[in-house]
Amino acid sequence: MNEMRVGVFVCHCGTNIGGFLDVPELARYALSLPNVVFSQDNQYACSDAGLTEIKNTIAEKKLNRVVVASCTPRTHEPLFRSTCKEAGLNPYLFQFVNIRDQCSWVHMQERERATEKAKALIRMGVARAALLEPLEETEIEVNPCALVVGGGITGMTCALSLANRGFEVKLVEKENQLGGTLNHLYKLYPTNKEASRLVQEMAKEVKKNPKIEVLISSEIEEVQGFVGNYDITVKQEEKARLFKAGVIIVATGAETLKPVGMYDYNGKTVVTQMELEQMLKEGRLNADTVVMIQCVGSRNEKRAYCSKVCCLTAIKNAMLIKEANPDAQVFVLYRDIVTQGTKYEDYYGKARETGITFIEYSLERHPVLENGRIRVYDELLGEELNLPYDLVVLSTPMVAHPDSADLAQKLKVPVDEYGFFLEAHVKLRPVDFATDGIFVCGCAHWPANVGESVSQAYGAASRASIPLSVGHVKTEPLIAVVDEEECSGCGLCELTCPFKAIRIEETEKGRKAKVIAASCKGCGACGAGCPEKAITMQHFTDEQLLAQVIPLAEAIP
Amino acid sequence: MEEKPKPVLVIGGGIAGIQAALDLGDMGIEVHLVERKPAIGGRMAQLDKTFPTNDCSICILSPKLADCFRHPNITLHTLSEVKNSTGQKGDFLVKLRKYARFVKEDECINCGECAAKCPVKVSDEFDMGLRKREAIYPYYLQGVPAVMTIDRENCLYLTRDVCRICENFCSRNAIDFEQKDTDVTLHVGAIIVATGFDPFDPSGISQYGYKRYRNVITSLEYERLICASGPTGGHLTRPSDKNPVENIAFIQCVGSRDLKNNRYCSSVCCMHATKEAMLAYEHNTKVKSHIFYMDLRAAGKGFQKYVARGQREYNISYIRGRIAKITEDRNESPIVWYENTQSSKTEKMTVDLAVLATSLVPRKGVEELAKVLGVDLDEYNFFKTDALNPLDTTKPGIFVCGCCREPTDIPESVAQASGAAERAAETVMR
Repeated sequence: MNEMRVGVFVCHCGTNIGGFLDVPELARYALSLPNVVFSQDNQYACSDAGLTEIKNTIAEKKLNRVVVASCTPRTHEPLFRSTCKEAGLNPYLFQFVNIRDQCSWVHMQERERATEKAKALIRMGVARAALLEPLEETEIEVNPCALVVGGGITGMTCALSLANRGFEVKLVEKENQLGGTLNHLYKLYPTNKEASRLVQEMAKEVKKNPKIEVLISSEIEEVQGFVGNYDITVKQEEKARLFKAGVIIVATGAETLKPVGMYDYNGKTVVTQMELEQMLKEGRLNADTVVMIQCVGSRNEKRAYCSKVCCLTAIKNAMLIKEANPDAQVFVLYRDIVTQGTKYEDYYGKARETGITFIEYSLERHPVLENGRIRVYDELLGEELNLPYDLVVLSTPMVAHPDSADLAQKLKVPVDEYGFFLEAHVKLRPVDFATDGIFVCGCAHWPANVGESVSQAYGAASRASIPLSVGHVKTEPLIAVVDEEECSGCGLCELTCPFKAIRIEETEKGRKAKVIAASCKGCGACGAGCPEKAITMQHFTDEQLLAQVIPLAEAIP
Repeated sequence: MEEKPKPVLVIGGGIAGIQAALDLGDMGIEVHLVERKPAIGGRMAQLDKTFPTNDCSICILSPKLADCFRHPNITLHTLSEVKNSTGQKGDFLVKLRKYARFVKEDECINCGECAAKCPVKVSDEFDMGLRKREAIYPYYLQGVPAVMTIDRENCLYLTRDVCRICENFCSRNAIDFEQKDTDVTLHVGAIIVATGFDPFDPSGISQYGYKRYRNVITSLEYERLICASGPTGGHLTRPSDKNPVENIAFIQCVGSRDLKNNRYCSSVCCMHATKEAMLAYEHNTKVKSHIFYMDLRAAGKGFQKYVARGQREYNISYIRGRIAKITEDRNESPIVWYENTQSSKTEKMTVDLAVLATSLVPRKGVEELAKVLGVDLDEYNFFKTDALNPLDTTKPGIFVCGCCREPTDIPESVAQASGAAERAAETVMR
């Protein structure tokens, strides 16, 4: 490319930026920078009109570098890159400058200084833009098989749906049978359908589906590779099984908390809802007065979350107790009743009509078990009650499987502070991981009832089916490259790489490092550690980064 | 899969319909996305920020709008309605009515010269009637497709045969009064319904004084009021006197959990009230918010911590109690009367602004749509689904996602949208 021609677009983002920075001034300033031949401000650069304008300007002004100063690359970089591509410009010649999340939103009260900061950010972006090089994305074939981890209702729903669409599925289940948590439940709200029958019917369908291979008593041992080409090692009763998969869905569910040390829990007169389900299922409940306590071990400092399904589980079980024994007295001690959506408020109402007593308590004045009775301060009545009981049932929250952190590490995906898997974006990518090709659904992600788990299972199947249907994926060329002349073959990079994406090979010129492009995540660890400086990070070269730092440093007196 | 799968029809261009269309399009399946309004975006486009991350709503939605518009497998039909449908799973014949926009979509550049000259002023629907717009207008600033629309109900030429001023000022000759409504027939294999919700109109709950008191507004009106691209440019002021707001009452379950109106819980209001209270504080740290609730329902991922953060850092207090009535003082400040169920006393509180968290109800016109499609609605007019089979309607081959099946927050709607896309793909790719 001969002459450098940079175009700068500064976005108002409505008033998100425009309300706090002098955007027209930023556009004027940009025009004074080296290599900038065009600059303008846009109301919304990402709107259809804004994108069309960028595209047209690239052609009219013969731009060969584009800088957009706007919101955040997290949501918008792909959009601007593809706009450049549509205008015939290599998408890697696009430079993002974040002046919203990292400037206008954090300096709302300081218009002038924030505008100066934005100028510095634009100056840095323009300087880097001049050193950007065109890069090509590589296309990788996708193995048309999905690995589904977890054989509960969520995992089975994923497996059946993908198999119905013609994809091969490997369904890996830790226990010696399919069905997961639902095997241990009695009846499901609000239909009173028998849980174990539901999953066992489904398990039959799964087992006879020719597209699905079920591996029970199996655990994921190792995962290598990347979207489209995962090498999976599963340990099945001490035997290792190896296979390939294009995508992975995590549907490992959750456990319920065992309330050891809480409310005199003993598994006999003080039990969990799960244990009650078992007692109901086996018809061995023998209690005339039952007190249920909600939020045991949840919505407190240690587990500051609501487990979503416990109120309805308690209501359902309370009604089942009343059904079997109409003279039984059932008390539900709650903090907030959570019966969301169109189907469950009536369900709650019905429980009250059946004669089940709901008593609100607060965290500060929680119930106490004492001399075979329960003392509780009724927040609505405004007085303390002393209830007798034959059986106390504790509603404990769902908690992440203790081994979910281990699985997360093998898959290189994150978990949240409670050990639940962390999705790519809370709002708009609820079943994706930030890592391409791996998805999550059901209680592995967050407590969910059966309906929600099933919805999410179909959702994850849909997302996972996209690379499977297309048959290939494109990978970003943001990877390490080795200069063989400089490489001494010391092997430090191979040791450093957390993704096993670089290894030493014997070549004609001796031992040299080789990057496995598809596995490389571009983290830069190898390059930082290379004693010969033989490794360059494409799109984040030392020169490009220095070019950003220098104009900033120069401005500091 | 050798044969090209039949297209899928998605009804509703909000976040749920958009996500369903994008998933199907990305799988290589052809999609027709139908939206009744002049632009896609739906209710999410009207929100200011979203809980629990306080992400700017339009900022995270807008790349999806653009993706939809530019997607080679997605055909957008805005200003369009489904009028008829025959056939069954795998083989539906659907008739769409495409209403004339009276503006050529491929000529209009949304410059707004026409609107600047239009003499008509009517209430703007997108901004919840909080400002006036012209009879030729952009549905909203970031709307897709980014073109003007002539409102046939209010345009002087279309109603009274006079004016046509806009034509004279359009440098692109994009105005076209000759456009006619047209019918299009589509042959599709599956249908996804994603028609979303309307906010409940609280005028019927007369004790709250909505429409009688100017400083009693609904939560969706509040969203527009506090939004930077809204009618006040994001300045939170009292509708009556434009004075800044410092004391706000958020009143929950308005029309929800209410035997006289909707018995169900609308699921999202505890959280959006918390968010709205946070935003008020972000705009002005003098703001004190009071949220009057029945049960605090913060069950989603990160919600409980969000509430705790609201209490700790944003000057929000939660008061358990149902509001009995709202009156007004001489300054038009709402007075909220309630029984504090924690102290069992009747109390009152004077505030600058009262925000009613109105329940989510099905979109107007769903009965007709359900009839056309031959699917059942539930007793509240949401599309009927089974608790264990949540994305299937009562008719095979027709699926449903988002708020038209039940009030649902955005993440759950998006997950369902992908799920409905999967169900549709199963149908057309067999």
